[in-house]
Formats: sequence, structure tokens, C-alpha cells
Amino acid sequence: MAKADFEVPELQEHVDVPALEEGTMAHLKPFVVKNPDHNTDLGFPGELVEDWHDKTLEKLDDLRHRYRSLQVYLDACVKCGSCTDKCHYYLGTKDPKNMPVGRQDLLRKVYRRYFTFAGKFFPKLVGAEDLTRETLDDWYSYYHQCSQCRRCSVFCPYGIDTAEISMAAREILDSIGYGQKYCNEIIAKVHKVGNNLGLPGPAILDTVQGLEEDVFDETGVEVKYPLDVKGADILLVTPSADFFAEPHVDGLIGYGKVFHEAGVSWTLSTTASEAGNFGMFIGSYENMRRVSMRIRKAALELGVKRIVFGECGHAWRVAYAFLNTLAGPFDFLDPNYPVPQHICEFTDDLIKKGKLNFDKSQNDDMTITFHDSCNVARATRMGDKPGGQFEIPRNVIKSVCNNYVDMDHNTIGERTFCCGGGGGLLTDDLMEIRVKGALPRMTALQNAIDEHGVTHVAAICAICKSQFTKVMPYYGLDMDQIVSVHQLVSNAIVLTGQKTEGAGEAAEAAG
Amino acid sequence: MSTLYALLFIVATLVLVIGLALKIKQYAQTPAPLKIPTTPAPITEAGVVMRLFREVVFFESLFKSTKWTWIFSWMFHMALFAVLLRHLRYFIDDVWLPIELIQPFGKYAGFAMVAGLGGLFLRRIFVDRVRYISAPSDYLWLIILIVIGMSGLMMSFVAHTDIVMVKQFFTGVYTFSWGELPVNFPLIVHLLLVALLMILFPFSKLLHVPGIFFSPSRNQVDNPREKRHLAPWAKALEEQE
Repeated sequence: MAKADFEVPELQEHVDVPALEEGTMAHLKPFVVKNPDHNTDLGFPGELVEDWHDKTLEKLDDLRHRYRSLQVYLDACVKCGSCTDKCHYYLGTKDPKNMPVGRQDLLRKVYRRYFTFAGKFFPKLVGAEDLTRETLDDWYSYYHQCSQCRRCSVFCPYGIDTAEISMAAREILDSIGYGQKYCNEIIAKVHKVGNNLGLPGPAILDTVQGLEEDVFDETGVEVKYPLDVKGADILLVTPSADFFAEPHVDGLIGYGKVFHEAGVSWTLSTTASEAGNFGMFIGSYENMRRVSMRIRKAALELGVKRIVFGECGHAWRVAYAFLNTLAGPFDFLDPNYPVPQHICEFTDDLIKKGKLNFDKSQNDDMTITFHDSCNVARATRMGDKPGGQFEIPRNVIKSVCNNYVDMDHNTIGERTFCCGGGGGLLTDDLMEIRVKGALPRMTALQNAIDEHGVTHVAAICAICKSQFTKVMPYYGLDMDQIVSVHQLVSNAIVLTGQKTEGAGEAAEAAG
Repeated sequence: MSTLYALLFIVATLVLVIGLALKIKQYAQTPAPLKIPTTPAPITEAGVVMRLFREVVFFESLFKSTKWTWIFSWMFHMALFAVLLRHLRYFIDDVWLPIELIQPFGKYAGFAMVAGLGGLFLRRIFVDRVRYISAPSDYLWLIILIVIGMSGLMMSFVAHTDIVMVKQFFTGVYTFSWGELPVNFPLIVHLLLVALLMILFPFSKLLHVPGIFFSPSRNQVDNPREKRHLAPWAKALEEQE
């Protein structure tokens, strides 16, 4: 087990709704931006402004006039309590400010105090409170303990989505120079270099050439992993973790094999070498748009006809639901394909057409379950039917694996639990909330292991994969029990002309 | 006394109608810049209408969440709806047939309404999570509604008021020529709290009523890839470049 300087929850058979304990997570704050450039590059003040009080209220007023969601959600909550036991962070920490409504109220009580009749004249009666320096710190603390996973919004009778409130709160904090180091540093890197990790072009080229060699050694087939190839049909935009981290890179190998078998030309782009868009995490439309425009620019420069996204959860939300808005219209692309398309849609389509050959026994050493990534599940779709985002990845997995089982039905599909690391929380300074927030998912996984002999969990999100790798050891699980969906595809796919002996060492998952 | 109540109800009606209209205007005019339906979501307009219908009539999301809250709140809201329909007969001269037919149910629905409210009240007190998020106003709303319901039930089942007089009073208010209200304690309380509710409606959490129809996570069609969605301010942002 990994060592922790906090109490790691013990896995029980069920996650019982805990009795609340105030303030258990009040101490946790992610690092604040230290280098002012990381704020100013994003268009925010370098450090906390002196007139933060007025600026905060100004920004809140501005946002509620620009986002109907914010205005309606601040007004409509009746405090019914429906959401109170739905957040994985509440279940793992018992802190009432981690209940969705508790989190929302941190902003709502200020909204009521300054912008509603009742709150202006009868603050005590309606729970309105003055904006103080402590309020800001509370916001900073608790709005960075929300992974914007939208689970609460499924169960709210008015669809109030705490993610929208968190995004607004983070945008307000950024606008007064009180930004989070992790997110802002990364967005600054994307603006400068093109990806979250700051990988320069030559490093990516080196990686993909290495992959070509590996795949050739393994299969005897020259599968290409092209970079910046003009005139290719497809631009693949994938999370930068796919270029080096395990198990992400095994997924990238899989995409390449699928493209190879499909016989399409494709390319990665140095400047759009990142699917993730942290602009969403900080609620900044402007930054989200700027990050999205790289993809449009790359698609135009390379002259591609289609855009396909790799395995990434929040990224797929921005891609599926926002890209057309932020960086559209995409009338220069082939109208016969959705823009953008998910790699699982692409692969599933080929499977249904019978264009891919698999040796499913290559995955026989594993019993797989699938973790529905929160933002894929509750903010996007795949295919042309509602719920395709659940069926298509499962269909891909079942086509390449003999042993598949679902986790508890209350923890998958639209009810899926976040991995605990989404929404700008995937940083070591937030490890405590990441570990505690993973409790419901880990519980369901452990049950699937105990009851069905599950050995591995597959995911289609870079954050989930990194988070599981880091967090599973705290719960006594192995870090390599998390696999990419296209890693499974890669294991099982039989390439045309592939040499047979030792093809696809399935156990590479353990690498 | 009767004049006071007549004026009170005129003011209450104006505040309710104008206040709600302004709120609805605000919701309608505030853009929703991004497509954020909670998925799986309908991919057609008709599907969205059905989704909202299920949400408003059956409280679908609440049903998914917690059965106790669902039972109490659904019972309260549906009973309130029946009771409101029943009350129409006190405000219109030619009572429509459906309103006639609903009378017997409407009378007893009052009990379901109060029972549902009672359940919600107990839940607010005894569930620690709900207690934590409750402000004084959250309890007061339940108390106001319970007292409205109880005073109404008193008049139906215990101490009848002169309902013909009440009807003459209210139909008189339309032409500013109201008569006398009967002197009846439950009636005075009942009407006072109803007027209070109407006045507070646009300034309170009762805004969940129009709010649900404007909630982007429930009222948006899931078609962002097929159709470009662009808010006016976002368009202006693009044109600046």
C-alpha cells in the first residue's frame, strides 16, 4: 500500500452515506499560482488584486448575465437534499461543503447577499452572507475539490450542475488573481508549446518513431505513427499523456494499428498535440476557445478531412459538446463524418463492418470491467443514439476480450462515479482529496474483483488512467490494473501480414 | 378589513405576475453559451419536451435519487395542483366541468398535501445533511404551506366558512367592487398566508417553478456536432478578431 499522511478510507462492502463532519477538508488547498506569468498569459491579473471585494462581485454579476445556467442554478435550488449523498468527495470525506449543494451554497450565499432582495434585507433568514477574505479561501479550497463530474446534476430535480458553479467560482477567482497553479501553468504551456506536458515537437517525433520500431519488432508490420503530415485524411488529437505514460501509450499504439488496418492516412500534429482543454476546468470561455482554435488551425494547415479524438474524458466533452461552438464551423471537413469523431466510434464502426480481425484469446489473461469516465458519460454522446457513450466502448471491449463484466449498476452509466482526479485536481498537492474521492469507484471495483474475478479496469480517459495508476495502490490494488481500451484492441488485433509467433504479448499490460 | 384584504390581493397579484414576468424575461434573455445537457439527453426537440414533461409531472430525477423525498414532494405538489384546480371555482362564475368533477378529489387532496409537507419537514429536521443545508426560510416555507393547508382543511371539514360570500368578494375584486369577507379565523389566516406566498414567490426559492424550464442541463437538445450553437456574446467575441 502507498503511504499517506492522511487517513485512507477502508474499503467496505458498500459505501454508506456518512454522517457529516464539518471542516474535515478545510485545510486542503492546491498551490496558488506563484509565477505571475501563468496568470497574465491567460489574461488574468498576476496576483490577488487589492480591490478583490468589488472585483469579485463585478465578475459574479458579469457571469450571471452571460451564463443562464449560473443565474437559474443560483435561484432554483430548494435545498431538497437530493444531491447531498451523490458526490464521491462527500462520501469519501464527510465534509458537508463537499455535498453538491453545500459546495454551491458557498457561492449562492454571496449571490443572495448582494444580488437578491431577500438576501439584501433579510440575510439571516435566507442564509445570505457577506463576502470576506475567508469566503474567498473557502471558495479556493472547496471549488478545487470538485471534479466537475456532473453526477449531482443527474439527480437534481432541476438539473442544477455543480460543475457550472465550480467553473464560475474558479473564473471569478482567476479574474481577481487567485488562480490555481496546476491548471493555469498547464494552460500557459498549451498556449506556448501546444500540449499540457510542454513536450516539444522533436520529443513527440522521437516518441512516435520509437513506437513504429516497437510495433514493427512485435508484429513485423510497418505501422506508421505520422506527425505533421500534410494532406493526411485524419487529424488525430489525443491527450499528451498518450506519448509517454503507461497505460496511455499502449492506447496510442492501438489507435495506430486500427488506422493502419482501416487503410486511412492519418497524422498527429505538433501544435495540436493535446486533446485536453483545461480552459474548461477554470470556466474560462476565452481560454477554452484559444486552446480549441489550435485544433482548427492545425486541421486547416494540414489539410485534413476529418478530426478524431483519442481516449480522454473531459477532452471529449470539450470536443463533442463545445468544439463546434468554440472553433467551428467545420465546413471545410468531410461532411460524411461527425466532427469530431471519437476513436471508439471510429473503431466500433470498423468492427461492425467486419473490417478488423481479432484474436480475442490474446486478452484471455484478463477479466475486464469498464469505468465510465464521468464527462464522457454525462456530458457527451457517441454514435447517433443517446447512451451510445456507454454501448460503444463496451462493444469495442467485448469485441476484443472474452472476459468482460460490468461493475455494480449504480456505479456505471449515467450514475458512474468519477475516478476522483478530474476537473483540474490531478496534481500531487491534492492527493488527499483524490484518494478519498476515489472511494466509491474503488469500492465498486473491489466488489467486481471479489465477486467476478475482475483483474483489470479499462478506461477511455487520460485523467482516469493517471489517477487510477496513482490511487489504486492506496487501496491495496496494483497500479497496472488500469488499462486503455485501445490497449486491449492493440493486444487482440491481427494486422494484415502480421507474423504469427509471439504476436501481441497480452501481458504487456503489466509493463 | 375586507378592503384591506382586497388591496392586499391586488398588490399580491401584481407582485406575483410582474415579478415572475421579470424573472422569466431575465432567464429567457440570458444566453446559454455552451451545450450542456446532462446526457444521455434527447437528440430532438420533441424528446426535450418529453424529458421536461417527465421531470415536471413525475419528478424523474428526484425519483432516481431518493424515494422518500420523492414520495413526500410528489405527493405535496400533485395534491397542491389538485387543490389549486379545485379553488378555481371560487374565482370564476361559470365553473368548467373538469373543475366540477375534481371537487371531491380536490377536497381530500388537502390531506395529502399537508402529509407530504409534514414528511418534508421531518426530513429537513432529522436528516443531518438536509438540516445542514437548511436556512430558516426553508423551514418557514414549509410552515407557511402547512398552515395554509391546515386552515383550508379546517374550513372544508371543521368550521365551514360562508363560501358564497368569499366568492362574491373575490369576483368583486375584479371590478373593484368587493363585498364583505366573512369573519372567520381560519379564512383570515388562510388568505393572509396565500397573499404572503404570492408576494414572496418571485424573490424566493419558489423560482424553481420557472427555473426548471430554463435549466440548460434539462432543456437543451443533444446535437452539438450536428448544429453549431453560438451565443450572441460569443459571436461578438469572434468578430473582434
